[in-house]
Amino acid sequence: MSRTLLSGNEAVARGAWEAGVAVGVGYPGTPSTEVLESLVRYDSVRCEWAPNEKVAAEVAGGVSLGGRRTLVTMKHVGLNVAADVLYTQAYTGVTGGLVYLVADDPGMHSSQNEQDTRNHAAAAHVPLLEPSDSQEALEYVISAFRISEAYDVPVIVRMTTRISHAKTLVEVGERSEMVGSSYASHPPKFVMMPGNARLRRIDLESRMTALQAYAETASENRVEMRDASLGIVTSGIAYQYVREALPDASVLKIGLVNPLPDRLLLDFRSRVERLAVVEELDPYLTLRLKALGVDLVDTGLPTIGELSPMAIAVAFGGEVPATREPIPDLPPRPPLLCPGCPHRGIFHGLAKMRAIVIGDIGCYTLAALPPLKAMDSCVCMGASIGMARGMELVGSADRPVVAVIGDSTFAHSGITGLLHMAYTGSCATVVVLDNRTTAMTGHQGNPVSGVALGGDPAPAVDLEALCGALGAASVRVVDPHDLDATLAVLKHEVAQDHLSVIIAKAPCALIVKEHKDPFAVDEESCTKCGACVRLGCPAISYDENGRAVIDTTLCVGCSQCVQVCRFDAIVQVGPSCDIGGV
Amino acid sequence: MGATTVVLAGVGGQGTILAGDVLAKVAVAEGHEVKLSEVHGMAQRGGSVDTVVRFGEEVFSPVIDRGMADHLIAFEIIEGARTLPYLRPGGRLVVNRRMVAPLPVLIGDLPAPVDLEPALIAEGAVLLDAEALACEAGSPRSANVVLLGAASYGLPFAEATWTSVIEKRVPPKTVEANLRAFALGRRACAEGVCEL
Ligand SMILES: Cc1ncc(C[n+]2csc(CCOP(=O)(O)OP(=O)(O)O)c2C)c(N)n1
Repeated sequence: MSRTLLSGNEAVARGAWEAGVAVGVGYPGTPSTEVLESLVRYDSVRCEWAPNEKVAAEVAGGVSLGGRRTLVTMKHVGLNVAADVLYTQAYTGVTGGLVYLVADDPGMHSSQNEQDTRNHAAAAHVPLLEPSDSQEALEYVISAFRISEAYDVPVIVRMTTRISHAKTLVEVGERSEMVGSSYASHPPKFVMMPGNARLRRIDLESRMTALQAYAETASENRVEMRDASLGIVTSGIAYQYVREALPDASVLKIGLVNPLPDRLLLDFRSRVERLAVVEELDPYLTLRLKALGVDLVDTGLPTIGELSPMAIAVAFGGEVPATREPIPDLPPRPPLLCPGCPHRGIFHGLAKMRAIVIGDIGCYTLAALPPLKAMDSCVCMGASIGMARGMELVGSADRPVVAVIGDSTFAHSGITGLLHMAYTGSCATVVVLDNRTTAMTGHQGNPVSGVALGGDPAPAVDLEALCGALGAASVRVVDPHDLDATLAVLKHEVAQDHLSVIIAKAPCALIVKEHKDPFAVDEESCTKCGACVRLGCPAISYDENGRAVIDTTLCVGCSQCVQVCRFDAIVQVGPSCDIGGV
Repeated sequence: MGATTVVLAGVGGQGTILAGDVLAKVAVAEGHEVKLSEVHGMAQRGGSVDTVVRFGEEVFSPVIDRGMADHLIAFEIIEGARTLPYLRPGGRLVVNRRMVAPLPVLIGDLPAPVDLEPALIAEGAVLLDAEALACEAGSPRSANVVLLGAASYGLPFAEATWTSVIEKRVPPKTVEANLRAFALGRRACAEGVCEL
């Protein structure tokens, strides 16, 4: 049978399809996003983006209640949002199989924090499977549906960035169609009020006890005996690193991470001379083994960030091989707002006003970096609005406080914050950056942009009417590329004694198909004042004489730099000549 | 035999991901075990992006440490310099001359690095102007395929395999330009610009 190269996320989608899922639902978040983007391409599966992970988990809960299999996807922090749903779904259990695909991001490649979802599984009393490559991702998702139905419990499949985004070879199978049975009410199982919940709480414990017995022989937990002088207990991507770094070591590879197979762990301990745990992030396996009284080799491996084959080799006494010397003094390359990004216009204005900018998560968070340096905080999705209300309550001397939030983030968890502001008589100013897409995670549609998962048109919320209905006294729409008009509206609204929302509406530069002609700097007129460079546009830099210069292959003609130039030194030129030597 | 490791180092938006995908598929077509690792998300907004392709009889880790790469193909010169320690002594280094200034350089906070070319040549680099060759091929956006062509010269795969994978992977309208770009990159190496 021929094998296909699939990313971990594509393999999860394939597994879900083969398992006969009826519905896939989730909210984008790196590194989980491609699961649904891939699943939507299969026939016979309905896929939807929800406005946030909690809604997604609830939709999935409904599908399960209705008797069909469903996959719900999110990144690690998304499970915090959906946790309220999951922790009680553990009590109710399922009708159709219910699987959570949760992708962690050790090392924070694209996240605001680092979390270990294994802890959520233990705390919620739900099983968790962790694959170590795409083949296992496919197989474990199928197992997860089976376990979910057999043990009447939602199951988490935990991925990490290196599993989600690595492509490895996969043997794919065919779909098993699952037919749901007709719906029958069962309130003692599904209506979680105290009397019922107490009984389900006890029932959950017995389900987990049964699962623990299953774990002892589950095919997902595998002993690989090699040299018995060293045994390693490991899971997920760490397994691959161990195999690379310590090819002779015996390994107990844990695939079913919650509940853990105590007897298997103790048995493996007895078969090797020394036992060590190699795991990424929290000491989850380590603590269990210690609780079992097992003596472990202290590896000194970090519990922060990603592991690597070399880190493991060195921890076990390997030598660091000679490598080439790094070339010194290389400038770092942080990510940055794209040429023509509409967000730049708002932050330019806010920086001019010396506003305290209570920010949020999305591409626009990059405005915190120099040269714009126009953001004071970013915590979690939706936090900008509530935090701005808090800042308003303690006052901010002479600087205006402005909350700034993206359109997808506003739909995710900003609406309730605005409702709070209206309810409590706030006079704050909230800017919604409506760039018609969820840009940061790769341009997914959302309820504001009116694009469905898969790209079809969908009903779009009327943002102005929504903000007005929530209680904003004034709702203004601005074009953030028009710098003067934007600044004027910002200044006006922060001075008002009422709650204002400013909607900065202009599409993300990466979704605009037809760009305007690029601009260039007229050398004669440039006074080297640097105003255009301070916009932080990747197309603009200084030449060797300190004059501004525009890379016409990057410029998309947004004209923001033209507006900040007081010397009319930036002029439109024809379409960028093909390449390079411009 | 252990795995062979190729690192494609560049800047978000330069097309390293497509290039890595083609390379991985070529290795699969020639019967190898293959793993490819890339980073999505925030870094793609103009940050440094490395794609790692590993192939051989048996491949475990999809990511690597310093000194583990056999081939380093840099799509941008600063990234080539930054990634250099990942290339093992004796490994093969192909570097595109193009410099994409990072933000601290754009805004004048840090000077643009100087003398990277001689430093890289001292490390055995073969330098190439992928954008110029891409232009010659008829599509300025195919610089990544030029670099793939340059990389291909040092990899143990048949030219026909490359061609058939590229044909399937790029948009139909761009097949010809991309095949030309690939051939130009490959020939640039074969003709000695790119020595082994
Ligand atoms: C709870 C949670 N879910 C998902 C994410 C991943 N994430 C970060 S920003 C973002 C959306 C950004 O979209 P938008 O607010 O429209 O801003 P844009 O990137 O378009 O500027 C997402 C989904 C997250 N950080 N937290």
